[in-house]
Amino acid sequence: MTDLSQAKPGLSIVEFATRRRGRKRLDWTDWLTYLYLFLGLVVMFTPVLWVAISSFKTPANLTEFPPTLLPYANQTAVVEGHDEPLPLFDVVGEDGESRRLAQLRRVGIQAQMVDPANPEERIVVPVGDATPVRQLYLATENYTNLLTSSGGQIWRYLFNSLFITVVATAITLVMNSMAAFALSKYRFRGSNIALVSILATLMIPATVVLVPTYMIVAQLGLVGNLWGVILPTVATPTGVFLLRQYMLTIPDELIEAARMDHASEWRIFWRIILPLSSPALAVVAIFSILSRWNDFLLPLVVLTRRESYTLQLALASFQTEYGVRYEILLAMTTLTALPLAFAFIFLQRYITSGIASTGIK
Amino acid sequence: MANLTLQNVKKSFGAVEVIPGVDLEITDGEFVVFVGPSGCGKSTLLRLIAGLEDVSDGDIRIDNASVVDVPAADRGVAMVFQSYALYPHMTVRENLSFGLENIRMDKAEINRRVSDAARLLQIEQLLERRPKQLSGGQRQRVAIGRAITRDPKIFLFDEPLSNLDAELRVLMRVEITKLRERLGNTMIYVTHDQIEAMTMADKIVVLRKGIIEQVGAPLELYNHPRNLFVAGFIGSPRMNFVEGKVSAVAPGQVVFEAPGLPPLTLPGALAQSMEAAPATLGIRPEDFVVSRDAGAGWPVTVGVAEQYGANSYLHCTLAGEVPILVHEAGQSLARRGDVLYLAPRENHWHLFGAGGAAIERQA
Repeated sequence: MTDLSQAKPGLSIVEFATRRRGRKRLDWTDWLTYLYLFLGLVVMFTPVLWVAISSFKTPANLTEFPPTLLPYANQTAVVEGHDEPLPLFDVVGEDGESRRLAQLRRVGIQAQMVDPANPEERIVVPVGDATPVRQLYLATENYTNLLTSSGGQIWRYLFNSLFITVVATAITLVMNSMAAFALSKYRFRGSNIALVSILATLMIPATVVLVPTYMIVAQLGLVGNLWGVILPTVATPTGVFLLRQYMLTIPDELIEAARMDHASEWRIFWRIILPLSSPALAVVAIFSILSRWNDFLLPLVVLTRRESYTLQLALASFQTEYGVRYEILLAMTTLTALPLAFAFIFLQRYITSGIASTGIK
Repeated sequence: MANLTLQNVKKSFGAVEVIPGVDLEITDGEFVVFVGPSGCGKSTLLRLIAGLEDVSDGDIRIDNASVVDVPAADRGVAMVFQSYALYPHMTVRENLSFGLENIRMDKAEINRRVSDAARLLQIEQLLERRPKQLSGGQRQRVAIGRAITRDPKIFLFDEPLSNLDAELRVLMRVEITKLRERLGNTMIYVTHDQIEAMTMADKIVVLRKGIIEQVGAPLELYNHPRNLFVAGFIGSPRMNFVEGKVSAVAPGQVVFEAPGLPPLTLPGALAQSMEAAPATLGIRPEDFVVSRDAGAGWPVTVGVAEQYGANSYLHCTLAGEVPILVHEAGQSLARRGDVLYLAPRENHWHLFGAGGAAIERQA
């Protein structure tokens, strides 16, 4: 089922990505198509790239206006008699000659500077004449600070997020596919009513049921517990519907054949239905992983203790009333998005290959 | 031993009565073919026997034990589905062994049965492949193999050849017949193709609208159809029908008159006496005596002459625009527009009464 390469022999990725309609030269539809695709690429990827690049900027660089595209940092020099490294500036003197000076402090539109070669003499320079000496600099300390400064708490948050995502997705897949199997392959009174009422819950926004959900979770004593986040949403109407629609396409004859092969209903589900629904399961898994990993509202309400925080809650906790530490925030955002990207890249293969034939006829 | 008895089996889906009541006896080792036009209930009947559908009323007995309340898997029957219904995600070997694993059969025994079936059907080299990688005929063999490994009392085939191309169909027909001789099990085979029925069956059951029209050996049905429907359904090309009436019955001959045509003398005798009753005359394409001389029978005009080489089929029309198909052995000299004169061969004609029931000829 995964051998998609077999279906389209000899079409490499490059060939696939540069296919066009015109045989010799580009057709106008090719221009249109690639323009549209490029636009999509820009719209989709610019914010992501911006976050990733910005996560390597120093706090000073981040607050600059206009913003720089690449991460820059002021070059500094250690000057005798000063503990801290001082930022370097290129100063154009009255004679038009440029000198490299280190800045001590800035007062209004004047700056006190010293020549690193001659630290005794202080020079007062108008700010307008000085341009900072800058170089490309990847502020990896954003990441190292994030991982070390929180005292290892970040690993705790990561574990919480992972645990919730993995366990909830696994339960979601099992619960949804069992419901979908029943709704697609069994004829029973009220099956349509059941399906419609499941779909009807789509109309109720999650925020509306947040309070009742919290009350139930609280009654069960699961406040501050990861299971309090996992259990309330293991059954998703979209998942049930998607899987049901897919399972409708599995021929009934297969199930009848399995029944004649002494397979119990559970075994039919486990050995026949689930493997054949893997493309739909992959889609549901991606949806589930995405929403669980990025979920904020329910964890915010349920997970009240700091040690039960998820990454998203921890992210939010970097924005306090005292200020926002953007560099840490950005680094963490980048890190948080990475697992999702990998999950998608891995599961996407199953989605595309899932369109391949079911082996019947 | 596996005798199968259907006693007044009825099946309705909601308000629709698909099978109004079927009685049938099938003895051990018989190859029985259910044949009929689509929608005649033949597949439903098969599924009732298999246990995939529950009977609305009546009884199904296998070896004198009622199985209506026995689940499909425990009836001792195995079914080959029209679409083969092979598990697409399993290899051929897994397809064959799935049913045996489900009853926790010993591994060694499973292997023995799978390799036996594979050898029998010559699919040994395909065991590690998946259904997708097989051709239609190979899938067909695997589907039959899956039935064989279960060692059933009765094999059920639901139009197994309908997805194959014409050439392969002929091959598989022979194979199934050979297989049946080797296995000796009772087999029930559903098809809408009367050639399959004629060539494979010990006993044909002709169904229409859930009612058995006639049961019998292939040639018995061919030579002595009990009614118009069976006469028209069995035999390819189809029997010619002309409506008219019997005008005179003399010893040794019957005179048949159709509107606008000269009276035709049918050589042979009827078992019962009848006169001046509306009737339908049925004559198979190969049962005509063709002559070019006037006066020897009904005149027909040749429309199209199909030359098959060894056989020729002449598409003719009687006066009154009744189409008549005539078979001639060898290569015919007839051409478009020729006028031929047709008369039936002795005792190779069929008369049907007003209700469609056959009027017996005297043997």
